[in-house]
Amino acid sequence: MITLLKAGLLATVQDLGRPGFRDSGMPVAGAMDRQAMAAANLLVGNDPGAATVELTLLGGTWRFEEEVLAAVAGADMSATLDGAPVGPWSSFVARAGSQLAFKSARSGVRAYLAVRGGIDVPVVLGSRSTYARAGVGGFQGRVLATGDRLPVGAALGSAPAPLVLAPREIPPSGGGATLRVLLGPQDDRFTAEGIATFLSGGYRVTPQNDRMGYRLEGPPIAMRGPADIITDPLVPGAIQVPGGGQPIVMAADAQTTGGYIKIAAVIGPDLRLLGQARSPDLIRFTRITQAEAVRAVKGERDGLARLARRIASGAGGGERPWSP
Amino acid sequence: MVRILAQGEGGIVVELGDAIDDAVNARVHALAAAVRAHLDGAVEVVPSYRSLLVLHDPVTHPRAGLVRRVRTLAEGLGETLVSVPGRVVRLPVCYGGAHGPDLDEVAALTGLSPGAVVALHAAPVYRVHLLGFTPGFPYLGGLDPALTVPRLEVPRSRIPAGSVAIGGGQTGVYPIESPGGWRLVGRTPLRLFDPLRPRPFLLAAGDGLRFVPISPEAFEEQARRVEAGDATVGLEP
Repeated sequence: MITLLKAGLLATVQDLGRPGFRDSGMPVAGAMDRQAMAAANLLVGNDPGAATVELTLLGGTWRFEEEVLAAVAGADMSATLDGAPVGPWSSFVARAGSQLAFKSARSGVRAYLAVRGGIDVPVVLGSRSTYARAGVGGFQGRVLATGDRLPVGAALGSAPAPLVLAPREIPPSGGGATLRVLLGPQDDRFTAEGIATFLSGGYRVTPQNDRMGYRLEGPPIAMRGPADIITDPLVPGAIQVPGGGQPIVMAADAQTTGGYIKIAAVIGPDLRLLGQARSPDLIRFTRITQAEAVRAVKGERDGLARLARRIASGAGGGERPWSP
Repeated sequence: MVRILAQGEGGIVVELGDAIDDAVNARVHALAAAVRAHLDGAVEVVPSYRSLLVLHDPVTHPRAGLVRRVRTLAEGLGETLVSVPGRVVRLPVCYGGAHGPDLDEVAALTGLSPGAVVALHAAPVYRVHLLGFTPGFPYLGGLDPALTVPRLEVPRSRIPAGSVAIGGGQTGVYPIESPGGWRLVGRTPLRLFDPLRPRPFLLAAGDGLRFVPISPEAFEEQARRVEAGDATVGLEP
């Protein structure tokens, strides 16, 4: 068990989400920064998709009720274990009764707390991810609160040695980002100037951002005609543009359908950068081709595989596991 | 008309029309069935009113090859598709009173009696064009145009699960407690979504749906049985 002694801003149990039910209107949910979540899992010897706790901006204080190998990754929340600092991307043995305290994120937004064996909440529709709007999954279907006790699953195989990843092994997070996009599916509903504006102007993250989507603010994107379409499927990363011309980037909890025109979609590997952006960070969009997007997806997978090898070997990281 | 577009590196959008229409939607569901049955590499398919989203792994199943095969499947659908739902679900609904607080207002807005609103609403076999908005929320085709009413000017922040509502020219059922701006005419004791059931979703896109009026007493009785885990409620003829 791990106990949330003092809740931070927002914490939920998340894994890779709940694909397979979008045709029934069920959002996928899952971690907003999947690379950081996977890294936290790899650091404790879990499957990269095991269930973790996603901490948002302020991580709160946790107590370990049993001795367990634990790890943190993602936004740096200045974690301390019984007062001693642990690295922002590191694993450590937590003794029974020890306390892990987080402060607010120095940069970025979301950190992941993994324990060896994973957070053992019930699997609902194939996933342990919390989709709080419908009360599905996670811990009792809801956001975690002070006093909640999360069960730790049984661990398989041998545990890796505790490890602190070097700064050069950690992907950058926070402080604004350039997100790679593929145009479409409704890019033909925008004027050439509108698309040029979208790709050249920077957009600020507004306070209206959450696990469902990020409302951005910047130069209005000019469209041809109305912003409405017949309600259509929507994926995390899709960029909807309502009539005012200000983009909304959909995130992990995106509803499965939407009625606004979509100018483009952020590629999967760059969604973590969105999940680590906060108001008023500046977001820029750069257009890439399908071939470049496929290379980026491969690069993300190769990076995770290298990280897994590096953790298993325990040797110092000679190569950067995360290609740009 | 077959139009193929991209949504992200792993999403292929197939548009089969540009209208909310039973015939177009029937083709969407026929294509969804064909893709599920025949397209190796389709991880997930998401039907909507007039388009289908096919999700794939862009590394193991590259886009170009899948697009060719999806186009072949779409063009092979033929023009003679009959829009008859494969299954018709009968949904018990208690109209009016506490369960349908807007029924009288809908009657006033349409110039009909509350009884006539119920009769018109319960007459058709609706088509579940798609599920969206919240898990299990059916967007239905087939509402009698005489029942078209404007949405509420101020949406409610909490609508009880099971509420049956009309908004604009559309009607639907709220599966979980959620905000919403449609007018509530009744409520079903059945659960359209229960994640802990073997079949979590009562409805599938493409189904037919019929509303069966029941009394407040029947609502209470059926609601108690649903609460007790009885999965047969509403299935009796």
